[in-house]
Amino acid sequence: MEVLKIATAGSVDDGKSTLIGRILYDTKSLTTDKLEAIEKTSKKNGYDYLDFSLATDGLVAEREQGITIDVAHIYFSTDKKSYIIADTPGHVEYTRNMVTGASTSQAAIILIDARKGVIEQTNRHFFINNLLRIKDVVVAINKMDLVDFSEEKYNAIKADFERLMEKRDYQEQNITFIPVSALKGDNVVHVSGNTPWYKGTTLLEHLENLDRKDIYNVGTPRFPVQYVIRPKTDAHHDFRGFAGKVYGGELRVGDEVVALPSQTRSRIKEIFFYDKKCETASRRSSVTITLEDEINLSRGDMLVKANDLPTIDKRFTATISWMDSEELTAGKKYVLQHGVNKVLAKVATVDHKIAPDYSGVDAGVQALGMNDIAQVGFQLNRPIFFDTFKDHRTNGSFILIDTQTNSTVGAGFIN
Amino acid sequence: MKDTSHINPLENEAIYIFREVAAQFERPVLLFSGGKDSITLVRLAQKAFWPAKIPFPLMHIDTGHNFPETIEFRDRLVEELGLELIVRNVQDSIDQGKVKEESGRYSSRNSLQTTTLLDAIEEFKFDACIGGARRDEEKARAKERIFSVRDDFGQWDEKNQRPELFDMLNGQIELGQNVRVFPISNWTELDVWSYIEAEEIEIPSIYFAHKRKIFLRDGLIWSHSDFVYQEEDEEVLERMVRFRTVGDMSCTAAVFSEAADIASVVQEIRDSTISERGARIDDKRSEAAMEKRKQQGYF
Repeated sequence: MEVLKIATAGSVDDGKSTLIGRILYDTKSLTTDKLEAIEKTSKKNGYDYLDFSLATDGLVAEREQGITIDVAHIYFSTDKKSYIIADTPGHVEYTRNMVTGASTSQAAIILIDARKGVIEQTNRHFFINNLLRIKDVVVAINKMDLVDFSEEKYNAIKADFERLMEKRDYQEQNITFIPVSALKGDNVVHVSGNTPWYKGTTLLEHLENLDRKDIYNVGTPRFPVQYVIRPKTDAHHDFRGFAGKVYGGELRVGDEVVALPSQTRSRIKEIFFYDKKCETASRRSSVTITLEDEINLSRGDMLVKANDLPTIDKRFTATISWMDSEELTAGKKYVLQHGVNKVLAKVATVDHKIAPDYSGVDAGVQALGMNDIAQVGFQLNRPIFFDTFKDHRTNGSFILIDTQTNSTVGAGFIN
Repeated sequence: MKDTSHINPLENEAIYIFREVAAQFERPVLLFSGGKDSITLVRLAQKAFWPAKIPFPLMHIDTGHNFPETIEFRDRLVEELGLELIVRNVQDSIDQGKVKEESGRYSSRNSLQTTTLLDAIEEFKFDACIGGARRDEEKARAKERIFSVRDDFGQWDEKNQRPELFDMLNGQIELGQNVRVFPISNWTELDVWSYIEAEEIEIPSIYFAHKRKIFLRDGLIWSHSDFVYQEEDEEVLERMVRFRTVGDMSCTAAVFSEAADIASVVQEIRDSTISERGARIDDKRSEAAMEKRKQQGYF
């Protein structure tokens, strides 16, 4: 069984929380006490139906205003998969939460209100999921019950969205359209009798059928050293293990590796997962590696295969998603965290702002405000070992930290 | 053998988080309650640092109203693994006049723990407190970050949380602040139980069916004990029960169960139609009970 993380995107009132509530209800993931609480509150609010959005909106302010203001994580499982849904808010001002939710997800659901069709917000939701290179995107055309389950309406919205797709940067993204009614349950978990013209799968069935090759971009192996384990006990006197997570492809005992930044060569001697010796370390596994030779390696350094080096440089350009109310301007300095490695970074240039609704670029910009997306040039105090975001989702991304407030103020995708 | 292969991504993620804590902080501590989630954390920490020892102490905030089985278990685990254990008592906070014992039918020391915890964080200058909270437990916890910054007063500013992108964890804080760390954020209750089964992790006996003196109130099964207020007309019964979650005796309700071994417990959880925190008396106080406690500095 595997874990699938899904980000959701939709505008206010598109029924995102209702859709998630519906999935939980139809997969029997809502427990009796939670269901009773939903029934009680729905009745109190004067509804004659179950308000499934109550299953996810967790903060007091959210329940009062009936909106979602922060990323909530919702869990459910089927016999096939464990699912984690990042329920991200749809308001314009919360773009940063959408980028955040999408950054940890392998699939995304974009909701469209069938009565409204593709709106400016839809462009933005699609843009962000495409920017973050989410491999599988479902466009759920919701509230089909309110347009009499009209095939024409569905096709018109689909055609509008397809025009949007021509503008996308990441062309390989898989996109699937499904007509649903979250409130009534059509095509969410159960096949709807109201859409005989629709020949595709239900939303859940689509997610169930996704397999690894549909959702993962596999790159070359990168092993950033997270922590050096030196027990200095009698039993393990000379043990010097490099603890970290494997990104991209797999590493194997005997592989010739290069340590960065020193560029010293060695071979992998042992791979441990806890006290078990393994022959290989697969992607995303947290292992401990020992080397044939005594070389100096510490946190932030990286092991890579000798025949496949990343770029080693102090300068690069990146697409930035800005997340702070303090503006980013040329000349400002930030802590740049690239994986587990931290360096000081100066903003060399603000090249141009990119409109997240595909309306074009603006080259005359000096400063970035909250929710802006832009191409920015950086200069670092020492080189890092990176790939482009296109080639390596992990080794091509970073976060920016404000040196005064310590807040995470931006996300970057290396070009 | 049950299929627990889906645990692997979660286990790998938790190990990664533990290593980030050890690398990014000077004085981390693992908040240990003796419950299954914190016991699972200890196993994951062992895995993260093997063959070295876990490089931080455990700390138990003891309400004084614990199940004796939990305390015995705690002491044995610490002894066997050669870990350092710090215990701070709610009773001391009461004696110092910092908090007042609650009284009446629903009195509990559960919320008093916050003061003792915050004092201990200050005493030891802990900069990272690792806890076993999971996002699936409760609605306010579903919004929690993996690294969650608390101010000098231990407060959680839920509307102004740092975004967490990819798996990059930003642990930079100012002096006086600390970070609450939740390595099993993404695990569900069933994931934890399946892991305990697969790893053959020992847990306190009260998690398994046993005969216990109980009484019924508000549809919940309460333990009959000196620490729990009981009305005269609330009849004491002896029944086979087990605990699904273990806080202290005044805030944890039992469930009727015949599940005497781990496999039957896992099956019971799988079939259950009541959520885990449905048996937490502390959450029944109001719909926003957890959010309010978290803002004040609760675990």
